Amino acid sequence: MKSRDLRLIYDRSAPGHEGYRLPDLDVPEQPLDRILPKEALRAEPPLLPEVSEPEVVRHYIRLSTLNHHVDKDTYPLGSCTMKYNPKLNEDLCRLPGLAGIHPMAPEELAQGLLGLLHRFTGELAEIVGMDTVSLHPAAGAQGELLGIRLIRQYHDHRRNKKKTVIIPDSAHGTNPATARMVGYETVEVRSKEDGRLDLGALREVVNEETAGLMVTNPSTLGLFESEIAEASELLHSVDGLVYMDGANLNAMLGLTRPGDMGADMVHINLHKTFSTPHGGGGPGAGPLGIKAKLEPFLPVPVIVERDGRYLLDSDRPHSIGRLHPYVGNVGVILRAFAYIRSLGGDGLARISRGAILNANYLMKKIEEDYPVAKPGWCMHEFVSTLSWMRKQGVKNIDVAKRLLDHGVHAPTVSFPLIVPDCFMIEPTESESPTSLDRYAEILREIAREVREDPETVKSAPHRTPVRRLDEAGAARKLRVRWRPKPDGERGSND
Amino acid sequence: MLYVGHTPQEEEHLLRTIGVKRFEDLIASIPESMRLKKPIAIPAGESEIEVRRLFQESERRNYDPRVVPSFLGGGIYDHVIPSVVNHIQLRSEFYTAYTPYQAEVAQGTLMTIFEFQTMICELTGMEVANASMYDAGSAAAEAVLLASGATGRRRILVARSLHPHHRAILETYGRPSGLEFVDVGGEEALTPDELRDVLDGETAALLVQQPSYLGAVESLGPLADAVHDQGGLLVVSADPVPLALLEAPGKQGADVVVGEGQSLGNPPSYGGPAAGFFATTMKLVRRLPGRLVGETVDADGRRGFVLTLQTREQHIRREKATSNICTNNNLIALGFTVTLALLGPRGLRKMAEQSLQKAHYLEERLAPLPGIRRQPEGAFFREFCLRLPVPASEAIAKIYAEAGILAGIDLGRVHRDWQDRLLVAVTEKRTREELDAYVEAMRRVVS
Amino acid sequence: MIPKDCRYTKEHEWVRLDGDGHVKIGITDFAQDQLGDIVFIELPEPGAKLTQHQPFGTLEAVKTVSDLYSPVDGEVAEANQAVQEDPGVINKAPYEDGWLLRAKIEDTAQLDNLLTPEQYEEQIKEMEG
Repeated sequence: MKSRDLRLIYDRSAPGHEGYRLPDLDVPEQPLDRILPKEALRAEPPLLPEVSEPEVVRHYIRLSTLNHHVDKDTYPLGSCTMKYNPKLNEDLCRLPGLAGIHPMAPEELAQGLLGLLHRFTGELAEIVGMDTVSLHPAAGAQGELLGIRLIRQYHDHRRNKKKTVIIPDSAHGTNPATARMVGYETVEVRSKEDGRLDLGALREVVNEETAGLMVTNPSTLGLFESEIAEASELLHSVDGLVYMDGANLNAMLGLTRPGDMGADMVHINLHKTFSTPHGGGGPGAGPLGIKAKLEPFLPVPVIVERDGRYLLDSDRPHSIGRLHPYVGNVGVILRAFAYIRSLGGDGLARISRGAILNANYLMKKIEEDYPVAKPGWCMHEFVSTLSWMRKQGVKNIDVAKRLLDHGVHAPTVSFPLIVPDCFMIEPTESESPTSLDRYAEILREIAREVREDPETVKSAPHRTPVRRLDEAGAARKLRVRWRPKPDGERGSND
Repeated sequence: MLYVGHTPQEEEHLLRTIGVKRFEDLIASIPESMRLKKPIAIPAGESEIEVRRLFQESERRNYDPRVVPSFLGGGIYDHVIPSVVNHIQLRSEFYTAYTPYQAEVAQGTLMTIFEFQTMICELTGMEVANASMYDAGSAAAEAVLLASGATGRRRILVARSLHPHHRAILETYGRPSGLEFVDVGGEEALTPDELRDVLDGETAALLVQQPSYLGAVESLGPLADAVHDQGGLLVVSADPVPLALLEAPGKQGADVVVGEGQSLGNPPSYGGPAAGFFATTMKLVRRLPGRLVGETVDADGRRGFVLTLQTREQHIRREKATSNICTNNNLIALGFTVTLALLGPRGLRKMAEQSLQKAHYLEERLAPLPGIRRQPEGAFFREFCLRLPVPASEAIAKIYAEAGILAGIDLGRVHRDWQDRLLVAVTEKRTREELDAYVEAMRRVVS
Repeated sequence: MIPKDCRYTKEHEWVRLDGDGHVKIGITDFAQDQLGDIVFIELPEPGAKLTQHQPFGTLEAVKTVSDLYSPVDGEVAEANQAVQEDPGVINKAPYEDGWLLRAKIEDTAQLDNLLTPEQYEEQIKEMEG
């Protein structure tokens, strides 16, 4: 399956080719220098490839074959929820009467779209147990930024003197980064042995200066935070707010709701729980569910319904202002709405049930070779530790690479940091028992290899389009764009 | 069961293997008090044709973009989208893949990003570009945060002609961390003279949009010199289509160039998802937010591509990180890349020239109408701002009702004092017939 | 394995006397092994002040970044150009060619409050469990 064709579109360029035909100009042409000041014009055209349409198509199809993807095989990347992306959603978000609408069109001419977004807001709020939802955040990290920004606005509005945001040591690195961006100091609170929130430790750090708590539930070790309600009460006792990181929402649909746990807000990764595609890194969407007390501070505009008409309301004096140039990643939101409409409340509950069953099943199947970091049943994902392999000279990343040789994707190995040689597995509800059995069989086979032939694992992958890549070399000598050969001929980079 | 990989019968097998009797045993850690006692109160799930019907009904309550000629722009433009683009974006291999962390099985994504980075460098005249951001607004915000970090200063001069929504996003991002924003200039192209009173050794950056929100073509070179003299950085928010003809900001001294990639290869989609781009100099590369792809070699010494400089990312730097972005709007950037691959240098130039020519054709016929004048008055590209003798909202409604044309953006919606202003964008998609019909409809409005 | 002619910090820097009131500073073999391939290093310019136990620069490996802590008070006399051009030298020879700074030191007695080679070896053993 090795493909050696790693040419870029620029490498395929030959002078004179064109891949698209525009109509001829149908208005009288004026000389450029009469329209634009001479000094504003480019001295040299940008270097762009010259390729015919068939060559462009072949090029990108060839590139596509070098990727692993959900539609091909198992992709159990922990904390990423790589579930199936329904095809209906792709059709509906592309309907010309939705995708083609300009954000500054008069509201009267976009009533259909605004109505869908308004209805989605209500249904999503109900699903997470919040009073309303802001659709604006373009991604989970921006939802997080909005959440902490709202905390700041809430306290500033009430003239609370707050300085710190509390973050468990098991949290994802975006949490502390976000708190800093909003101007809060971060206080790290240690987790319990099993990775859960330590209420005792939390009591020691919560005080009058505490603005809020950022908590991921289920925790990054895939465990439910049983004491979340008590933690919320503690925060509320000092007028602090609880931000719940909704990265792991796929574990709780129809079982419990962030709003019922005392959380004041939760961000929702539509590209995880609500099946919108990851697109090789984005776009996603990270709407933020909030309790009513935060509503005055929401970013503008807010879609409101008045007398059966939908309007964009920007007249909100306590708003934090704008986060998104318009109202959010509508194309992504439409896909998620199609998913919710297809499943309904019952269907969504089956999703989380399926995710939890699949995770526990796979955990059980592989536990001898891949012992879990913290014992107990897991929610929708679990974290194994591969530290026994160290004596064979094998690291978690080696096992990850070896999995690629079998045509399946690796679990997450870079996170969570609190587990040595972590292996974070999230099969999602999309997998069938047969595919889980196969994945378990591959994992057991690799464990055997680690014992008997560790070199094969350490030098993996062997059957992928390229072998293990020199990351250090890439970082030491940065080559971040294609360049023509120095003699002026087009050719390979450097 | 919809989208679930096992049946109720298979559930039995799963539970037996796990070693529990009931599913509820697995979720015992959720306290009873927090359990949802009743089903989620949303309407029941629907079949494919029912969901499709719901969406199609909504579609019918919007204007029909297939038949309504649109002159709306203001950052989101209606350029041609080649058929090829959708076919590539709908390849499962691209759209159902994750961020290319396991590079050995993600060369396809990594290579398209590398191509995107190259194209952005070429258009902007910069040395390095990242794999894309959410949108031009947040990219501008990240750019001024970078400038503040790089200079150790907090004051940002912002040209008044920046997109007003982007201006607001700057506040949201920058104010909590102590940035101070000072608005400079007016509606015409910014001149160094207008900076004299505010530009000093405390200035981290000057942020200018090219062309400006109201359409003016800025002269960047003198601005770069002025801000560099004080040790600050020039940040430019640029539109990629005009860059086919306009001098690259990097060649005129820009230190950071950001912008919006939506207009090449992607529909408006009510303003999102878009794809911001972010380009800078090698000197500042370690402060670049977002993802970056680099070329390297594999264990056999053959070419390959990886995410590089990953230590800049917040999952490593945690509270020391200056940005929390962990997205590249890859599918949108892919549309951009494929479109530019198809257009090539001549196609892009033609697209830009036709937009420019048609915008001027239309402006020459609208501006002389009674009571109308163009403001700002200087050189413009494919977009211009008109002051009307009637409220813009009224003109838009009449022209739509009579001619079925969307005449432009009612600027009263972005600025209280701009009720009489109409922002008109023209792309190569508009025909002479549509332009003439627009002029006639406007003539009836103002006479 | 652990050079006897150096003193050490808990944060895995070494310091060695280097003639007439000067020292050389670097990171230990244990530290470079933990970090993996070092790809970038940020060091202060000559003339910069160093304060004992305070950060003076950063090291970047492929997926980690860590601060460098000064073992002593002093003033930077020279930053090693060779490691800035090729940080891989630190991985290859952390105690020799991979040194980071040469510094003028104010008080050689400060070295006495750092870890001895034996104490540092003990610390590593504990960390490796």
